[in-house]
Amino acid sequence: MNNEAVKVKSVREPLFHVVKRTEIVWWKAWLIRAAAIVAALVATGLLSFIVLKKSPFFVYSSIFSGIFGSSRRILMFLRSTAILLLISLAVTPAFKMRFWNTGAEGQVLVGAFASVFCMYYLGGKVPDGILIPIMFVVSLAAGAVWAGIPAVFRAKWKTNETLFTLMMNYIAIQLVLYTIKIWRPTGTGKLEALPYGNLPQIAGGDFWLSVIVAVIVTALVYVYLKYSKQGYEISVVGESENTARYIGIDVKKVIIRTLLISGALCGLAGFMLAAGIDHTVSDETVGGMGFTAILVSWLAKFDPIAMVFVSALVTFLQQGTGQLMTDCGIANSFFSDIVIGIMFFFIIGCEFFITYKLKFRKSDKKEKDK
Amino acid sequence: MEKIENKPIAIQLKGITKTFGNVSANKDVTMDVRRGEILAVLGENGSGKTTLMNMIAGIYYPDEGQIFVNGEEAVIRSPQDAFRHGIGMIHQHFKLVDVFTAAQNIVLGVREKGRYKLKDANERVFEIAEKYGFHIDPEKKVYEMSVSEKQTVEIVKVLYRGADILILDEPTAVLTPQETEKLFDVLRRMRDDGKSIIIITHKLNEVLEISDRVAVLRKGEYVGTVETAETNELALTEMMVGKKVSLNIERTEPENSCDRLFVAHLNCRDREGVKKLDDVTFTARAGEILGIAGIAGSGQRELLEAIAGLQHLESGEITYIDPESGEEVNLRDKTPMQIRELGVRLSFVPEDRLGMGLVGNMDIVDNMMLRSYGKGKSIFLDRKDPKKLAENIIESLEVVTPGLHTPVRRLSGGNVQKVLVGREIASTPTVLMAAYPVRGLDINSSYTIYNLLTKQKENGVAVIFVGEDLDVLIELCDRILVIGSGRVAGILDGRTAKKEEIGLLMTGSRENTGAAAENEAEENLEENIPDGKGGAHE
Amino acid sequence: MIVGFLSSAIRLSATFLYGSTGEIITEKSGHLNLGVPGIMSVGAALGCLCEYYLLKSIGTSVPFLLILLPLLVTFAGGALMGLLYSFLTVSLRANQNVTGLAMTTFGVGLAGYLINSIKAQMAIITRASKYYTTLFPFADKLGWFGEIFLSHGILVYLAIAVAIVAQIVLNKTRIGLNLRAVGENPATADAVGINVTLYRYAATCIGCGISSIGGLFCIMDYMGGNWEYILEVFGWLSIALVIFTLWRPALSILGSIIFGALYIASSYISGITFAQIELIRMLPYVVTIVVLIITSIINSRETQPPANLGLNYFREDR
Repeated sequence: MNNEAVKVKSVREPLFHVVKRTEIVWWKAWLIRAAAIVAALVATGLLSFIVLKKSPFFVYSSIFSGIFGSSRRILMFLRSTAILLLISLAVTPAFKMRFWNTGAEGQVLVGAFASVFCMYYLGGKVPDGILIPIMFVVSLAAGAVWAGIPAVFRAKWKTNETLFTLMMNYIAIQLVLYTIKIWRPTGTGKLEALPYGNLPQIAGGDFWLSVIVAVIVTALVYVYLKYSKQGYEISVVGESENTARYIGIDVKKVIIRTLLISGALCGLAGFMLAAGIDHTVSDETVGGMGFTAILVSWLAKFDPIAMVFVSALVTFLQQGTGQLMTDCGIANSFFSDIVIGIMFFFIIGCEFFITYKLKFRKSDKKEKDK
Repeated sequence: MEKIENKPIAIQLKGITKTFGNVSANKDVTMDVRRGEILAVLGENGSGKTTLMNMIAGIYYPDEGQIFVNGEEAVIRSPQDAFRHGIGMIHQHFKLVDVFTAAQNIVLGVREKGRYKLKDANERVFEIAEKYGFHIDPEKKVYEMSVSEKQTVEIVKVLYRGADILILDEPTAVLTPQETEKLFDVLRRMRDDGKSIIIITHKLNEVLEISDRVAVLRKGEYVGTVETAETNELALTEMMVGKKVSLNIERTEPENSCDRLFVAHLNCRDREGVKKLDDVTFTARAGEILGIAGIAGSGQRELLEAIAGLQHLESGEITYIDPESGEEVNLRDKTPMQIRELGVRLSFVPEDRLGMGLVGNMDIVDNMMLRSYGKGKSIFLDRKDPKKLAENIIESLEVVTPGLHTPVRRLSGGNVQKVLVGREIASTPTVLMAAYPVRGLDINSSYTIYNLLTKQKENGVAVIFVGEDLDVLIELCDRILVIGSGRVAGILDGRTAKKEEIGLLMTGSRENTGAAAENEAEENLEENIPDGKGGAHE
Repeated sequence: MIVGFLSSAIRLSATFLYGSTGEIITEKSGHLNLGVPGIMSVGAALGCLCEYYLLKSIGTSVPFLLILLPLLVTFAGGALMGLLYSFLTVSLRANQNVTGLAMTTFGVGLAGYLINSIKAQMAIITRASKYYTTLFPFADKLGWFGEIFLSHGILVYLAIAVAIVAQIVLNKTRIGLNLRAVGENPATADAVGINVTLYRYAATCIGCGISSIGGLFCIMDYMGGNWEYILEVFGWLSIALVIFTLWRPALSILGSIIFGALYIASSYISGITFAQIELIRMLPYVVTIVVLIITSIINSRETQPPANLGLNYFREDR
């Protein structure tokens, strides 16, 4: 009799239901992620095929040649990866604390701006040997301040940090535009590359220094988060503010301190951009990398090592699709944004299958019968 | 009055079984509820009362068994299905939208014909309130309401949907005695109106006062239903706990007892401005267990958090006597970090184990470090000692875990608690506070905890134990402080205290209890407060 | 001068008003959608594309269609983006901030690509612009009143109408009550039988559709049919406006005019330098931060964002 009742009901049961996984083997999780990346690449190929009417072979070989086609392209790839990685690492301590710092774009920009500011006013007056350290310090400080302001308000009054830091981005952009127009009142509103305070080149290019800095910072952030007491405090605050208070962690202090560090690292990225690569600043200096870095950090699950791969993947797509466009004779830089967007959607979506699993009703019943 | 057996059956449960993982919450429960009666569902913590009722209300779906409503089999898959059958449940945690008014909350989700007009809703709310004697302001926002007002909204919400069968989950746990009386009046009126009321509770006095029949559950199984008029506390207790079990907690005589912690005239309010502690004064002595008894939410949490440095106080003093130097140390308005820096070894097992005492997503080793990670000058963590400690605790307390690096949230409740208590004891405290340390634990784990507390007491620790099971309090504690609505209602000797006495103090407020009870409470106060006060002044 | 200023401010305000009204509806369901810039871009690009093909096939023979069809296409484009967002956040429970930012990357890219594909002949859509910009031919005969209030195109009035309707629906109807409950406390809404998933999907799709019209308006009316890469900035300003007006569409009408005025103020102040223009353009962001700070300090329950904003709901989590 009972069984009958169950049968009648099961007709109305949904086909499957969603259950939170208690545990997933690490390799399974990475397998799902890898599958998502492959799926995204296939989708990209399909899209290129439909839009550009080129064979998949052409599409992929073109993308690959965009990175490995020449030693210069490889170096470009490494440098772009390094900068994106640097910013991703910078936002990570804040995210680990569950502080939604959407202001990396602005924090990097003020860092770059601070460097150029020093270059503009001190360049030629003090030797580069003194100027560069000053730029370094001022950039880091500027980034720290830019992140520190929202942090103070968040710590004191719980002011929504997502929106606050977001607004700070545009204040930074307007600040840069304003200053450049003071410096160059006529003309295009662009500041030419300044000859002072440029970082030394390694092996005849501005590529390797960024890579070296990124490697060092990766190691530092990894150790800081995993093995330092402050990193431990960040984890506790992020997991549960109640626990943090219970064991006597000064939550406000940790929030502000972490954001100062996060902002300073963003400032460092800005310094590398301004002093090492661009030698100037504009509202396009960061070019959305601050937002991309948020995605990179999150997709890497805040793991610095995984971040290396994710930022390489994103840069790979960006540069590769750029080459694809060139090879097709289309002057259109937007295609890579579409491709990166698709990649993000796939990876974001696949997290679901790592956290949850679909349980089909029928197998459910069988399990119980056993 | 009509005999209950003759009343028609409203709900009938047949062979209801529900398991969560390996734990069976309900096993083959068969019982019925009649129209126009108040049925109390009685059982200890964890006896499956709430789970069973949740299945009637559509929160859970039974693994096996059938539910009949008014004689017909009902498939109740969601709260809406339940409403369609005229069943409504008032949960312990209210499900209300804070920024909405009472009326908005009440009409929320109701599918009515016609245009949506809040005025009409307000009127209907008034009508219902009038009929059963509620006091409700339909336009008041929920965030401005007291707990009892919120409960009223929940009840009206259910009635508004036309429920004939109301289930109330521990409705009096958060109410003052006056509010409880009012609620009972309302419930009686509803019964007389022909509705069926199911009230989940573990308070015997209330069962006897309000119900017509009592259904008893024990460990997920249905024991039986008796008519309230034909039973008494003793009989019900026996049904609830099975054969009369003597707890047999070993209580040693306090040795070398001396004052360790003075708490004097503590006052504090919560964020809404409600008074949570009202002139609380007591002394905790080294080498004894001080029990704290009271209805949930009477200020126990605030009291412990105040001592631990987590609660802002309006006024009052907290003074610690250093066991070595005998010096007095002021703990008022100190942060937990400052308290530790003063050399006060204060351990605290909070009520919310995974939300406060431990970090659920961290492994056992990292949780061991919570208290001690800051030690030493290095900027890096030392994971060696915490690892040893973790291994120790796993071994000595028999923690069942897949490994050292399993996130603690994956452990069972008892093992989580062992990890937490183990860590708190590991720092050789002089004061150990534990809030509901056996809640949700099985018998064996509970005894492990009792023994640990007793052991600490024997080591000369001043133990403060907040509990809900009066039998345990009486068998475990040397003295029992009874707290009611944030006030110290009395401090009793654990060896001579009677359950009824404590129960009376817990619920007895001076305004509405009989003169005898008041005197008794007054006497106890006089007996016990002086040594608290005296201590503070010495 | 002042009349022209106000008139322009009101005209530009429609962009922000669509953007913020749509985002308010989305946020009331508990979705913090940071994809608005991308959504406005995609909507506008699709609308322009539609306009382009219309002009190529039927020319300007049926002016009415030149507005209606692009409008529908834009709305549908925005709603589709909303559908993608909802699928990821509701069905796949992805983090809302991350999804929103990815939407912005994707949307801005897609819009740029689409527009670039017709770039060469894009100029013809300016021919349709005049149908957007005027509605009442008699407006200029009514002096200052006419210029300020009646000289605008139909989409400006539609924006105000949409905001008012949104305000009424949110506060005076059962659907609005349910929607707000979903954003405030989805568990409660779920318990009383409100389909949280449906409400979140629907509110987000409709909200994104409305936001995207702001993009179309900006290009076809405000920019006179010339594509400018300005929508990303306007998208972020729309999100700022939501905070600035404390999640109230009716207040948004006023707020959007203030934002519009601040944005164009520089052109109306004599003797201003290019540099100072940039400073004035900073103001909307600054005032938004000030509002954010003040409301958080006052901490009144009535001015807070929906309590569940940014959080996904999973029934079994309870």
